[in-house]
Amino acid sequence: MKDLKFEEALAKLEEIVRQLETGELPLEDSLKLFESGVALARLCSKKLDEAEGKIQILLSEDGEPTREEFAVEEDAL
Amino acid sequence: MHILEVRELTDKIKAALDKPELQNVAVTGEVSNFKHHTSGHMYFSLKDETSRIRAVMFRSRNRSLNFVPQDGDMVVAVGSVGVYEFSGDYQLYVDWLFPAGAGALAIAFEQLKSKLEQEGLFDRAHKRQLPFLPRTVAVITSPTGAAVRDIISVARRRHPGINLLVIPALVQGADAPASLVRGLELAAVQPDVDVVIIGRGGGSFEDLAVFNDEGLARAIVHCPKPVISAVGHETDVTIADFVADVRAPTPSAAAELAVPSYLDLAERVKYLESSLQRQVLDRIKHGRRYLAQLERSGALRRPGERLRPLRMRVDELWTRLVSIAGQQVEGGRKARDVLVAKLDALSPLTTLARGYAICQDSTGRVVTSYEQVQPGQELTVRLKQGRLACSVLKGEEK
Repeated sequence: MKDLKFEEALAKLEEIVRQLETGELPLEDSLKLFESGVALARLCSKKLDEAEGKIQILLSEDGEPTREEFAVEEDAL
Repeated sequence: MHILEVRELTDKIKAALDKPELQNVAVTGEVSNFKHHTSGHMYFSLKDETSRIRAVMFRSRNRSLNFVPQDGDMVVAVGSVGVYEFSGDYQLYVDWLFPAGAGALAIAFEQLKSKLEQEGLFDRAHKRQLPFLPRTVAVITSPTGAAVRDIISVARRRHPGINLLVIPALVQGADAPASLVRGLELAAVQPDVDVVIIGRGGGSFEDLAVFNDEGLARAIVHCPKPVISAVGHETDVTIADFVADVRAPTPSAAAELAVPSYLDLAERVKYLESSLQRQVLDRIKHGRRYLAQLERSGALRRPGERLRPLRMRVDELWTRLVSIAGQQVEGGRKARDVLVAKLDALSPLTTLARGYAICQDSTGRVVTSYEQVQPGQELTVRLKQGRLACSVLKGEEK
């Protein structure tokens, strides 16, 4: 499950909520779904927050392209 | 009187025409009798109401022409007047040809547009979907222009966690298309780049025409990652806009398209998480009512430990529910209090521990009435330890 992309985890989570909403599943199955749902929700939150948010520039003047931090003027942001 | 040969006379005429004012002249007129010969040379006439002059534009010259002249086109031709000895014609040897009025760039734009359109490069079916949550957004543009600043600013505001990778490129001048194509090639091989924005801020028609380049158009189509074009202002339309997977009216708008709003996503997750809790609480309430009903019906005559695993499971989930509620950032404590209150209200569920069985049909549906089953139907009865496969003998109301 850790390998899921955010959108995949979100889609699964939405599907689980939808299944639970139909209310036709046995309690035991609902609880299982609930557990997966909780794990998926946590994964979603984690994926949302784990991104680093770097701003870089790809420089390729001399041969192999390299990444460097891109300095943004603060007043522009 | 000296009698000249035709060749001699022709030479004199050539010499007479070889004057600075007939060399490198610009003349405007309407194209007629245009022929693009298989040799590659173009033959036509330029005319106005009263006059006409033959014209030729050799292949070496017309190769760089970015439009195809047609009869009736008003053009400006730049060239030199000379004599074609073989037919005795004087004619204009054209070095450069521009459409008058519409403008060379506009004509070139329309011609390239219809050419690529006919090839199917604008088809919606080819367009790739933008990623839901990109890891890295590549921005191919001038690193010093207004566009890059706008894009970074909007992207940061929407989701500070998304990486941005600026890939510098020239966005004006003759070298710009090749530079932009190189940028696309670099973006294509960056494994973390999930979407590409290519563009520049506003400028003159000539400045933006860099994005009307055929090679660039093809590079955009062939880029393995989704490409958002973001050229100039809302009203500026370039060939890049037609071939891109998504056209953004401005660089800022491109950033909005590429970068999802963190708040929207976080709220969606939070909403789903609370739906989960609500659903499960509803289920537990429902189960409690069902158990109460069982108790009242007196169907279970052996109170004991049978449902302990289920109760333990439910307890465990309660704990998790409480812990999740406690973790919610906004109103965490309040949500937790509400939930704990709810759970306390549900405490009769502990009667589960006294040992009941759950009867389910083959689809897993809980059987709550004799009317739900037929004699002979197989049912599963869950016990504290394991389950029983049973067959219905008969159903009775009491």
